[in-house]
Amino acid sequence: MEEMLQVKNLSKSYGNLTVLKDISFHVKKGEVVAIIGPSGSGKSTLLRCINQLEKADGGEVCVCGQTMFSSDESGKAVYSSAQILREIRLKIGLVFQNFNLFPHMSVLRNVTEAPIHVLKQPKTEAIETAEKLLKKMGLLEKKNSYPCELSGGQQQRVSIARALALHPEVLFFDEPTSALDPELTGEILKVIKELAKEKMTMVIVTHEMAFARDVANYVVFMDGGFIVEAGTPEEVFSNAKSERTKQFLERYHNG
Amino acid sequence: MGIEEIKKVAEILLQYVPATLKLFGATLLFSIPLGMIVALLRKCKIKPIEWLVSFYILIMRGTPLMLQVIAIYYAIPFVQTSDSLEKMPGFLQTLIGLVDIRDAGYMFNAVCVAFTLNYAAYFAEIFRGGIEAISKGQYEAAACLGFTKTQTFFRIILPQVIKRIVPASSNEVITLIKDTSLANIIAYEEIILKAKQQMQLYSSLVPLFIAGIFYLISTIVLTTLFSFIEKKLDYYK
Repeated sequence: MEEMLQVKNLSKSYGNLTVLKDISFHVKKGEVVAIIGPSGSGKSTLLRCINQLEKADGGEVCVCGQTMFSSDESGKAVYSSAQILREIRLKIGLVFQNFNLFPHMSVLRNVTEAPIHVLKQPKTEAIETAEKLLKKMGLLEKKNSYPCELSGGQQQRVSIARALALHPEVLFFDEPTSALDPELTGEILKVIKELAKEKMTMVIVTHEMAFARDVANYVVFMDGGFIVEAGTPEEVFSNAKSERTKQFLERYHNG
Repeated sequence: MGIEEIKKVAEILLQYVPATLKLFGATLLFSIPLGMIVALLRKCKIKPIEWLVSFYILIMRGTPLMLQVIAIYYAIPFVQTSDSLEKMPGFLQTLIGLVDIRDAGYMFNAVCVAFTLNYAAYFAEIFRGGIEAISKGQYEAAACLGFTKTQTFFRIILPQVIKRIVPASSNEVITLIKDTSLANIIAYEEIILKAKQQMQLYSSLVPLFIAGIFYLISTIVLTTLFSFIEKKLDYYK
């Protein structure tokens, strides 16, 4: 199967503090990868590096065969040209923990703004796509509302529609349910499961263990900036090799 | 003063309303975009530029507008006739040489430059506050969706900044309409200057009272206008 994302020996530090060290994993087309681990383990920083919101120090990241950056002889990350970085940017989408919708735009405009002004799609086409996506998210009747008039769960569904409107090859989720109460969490997880059924390639940072186990093809457990363990949900959740993984998962099994 | 005289004074003062409004309008027209540029320069990563801009804001806010008006009005003729002109860099020499102080518009231009420089400093600080209040997440979401930096600023950041700065800006604008009276110090012919002349002519305070009514009406109009704008922008939180 086609490789959608390759991460090799990625490292990142803030001054003396190493936040990511020797991170390697890859994602194939149609796969769902869940990244789990305690807070501060570097999960979000990893997503932010892949989405060009943070600069990595070393290693290599390739998206759909295009190199975002790779290390030179000294091990320092050398980024590709702005043109390539932009092409890569448009191939991936990111859903944030706190939605980051544009508060001054209606739901519909939140979804159509990038297709119209970034992809230069005709307005009618962008609106048609947006309405289709909003319908799928069960939010078509809210298209003229403003983000402040929606619940957290609805806002997050709009932000998923907004990301999908650019037809990304890979969709990243940075703790998409952490700002939501359990009831609203359910509606987001349902949407992500739907997308998984449609073979959308996704990388999800999450604290929802049951969900990760259920929906992911591949689970990565991170702690202290390292990948401690990675494998199928079965391997990680039921037959973890490392003590640290077992210890971490125990809390969820008991809780 | 009798009713006939009051009417006569009011008519005279009314003739100078355009001069006051012209200064008010021109100052807004130039100081708002300049203030935006200054606000962006203040956030510049090149330190000397940031320092220079901070220094400019300090001077403009730290000294009286009246002093600035006098200084700018007299600075050009002073420099033109002094020998320090020759020590200046070439482009400044040309620039200063181009100003014709005998031109009929010189006084208005000098006043307008002083007001614009002063108000741009205040607007810059308001804009900076507005820009800093926008969360980092907005920039990140825009970047992830592929918006360029210019698109992000004009489509996503600026509209939100405008909503945030309307209340503070309305204060500045209301202050400006009253500050235009400071231009009378260099004999710019506006309402206060004329009211003072009429006051001496009739030995009466009534002309000043009439001038006061003009400022009061202007303030009421501006307050209404800004509360309308605030309501218009209230469609989101």
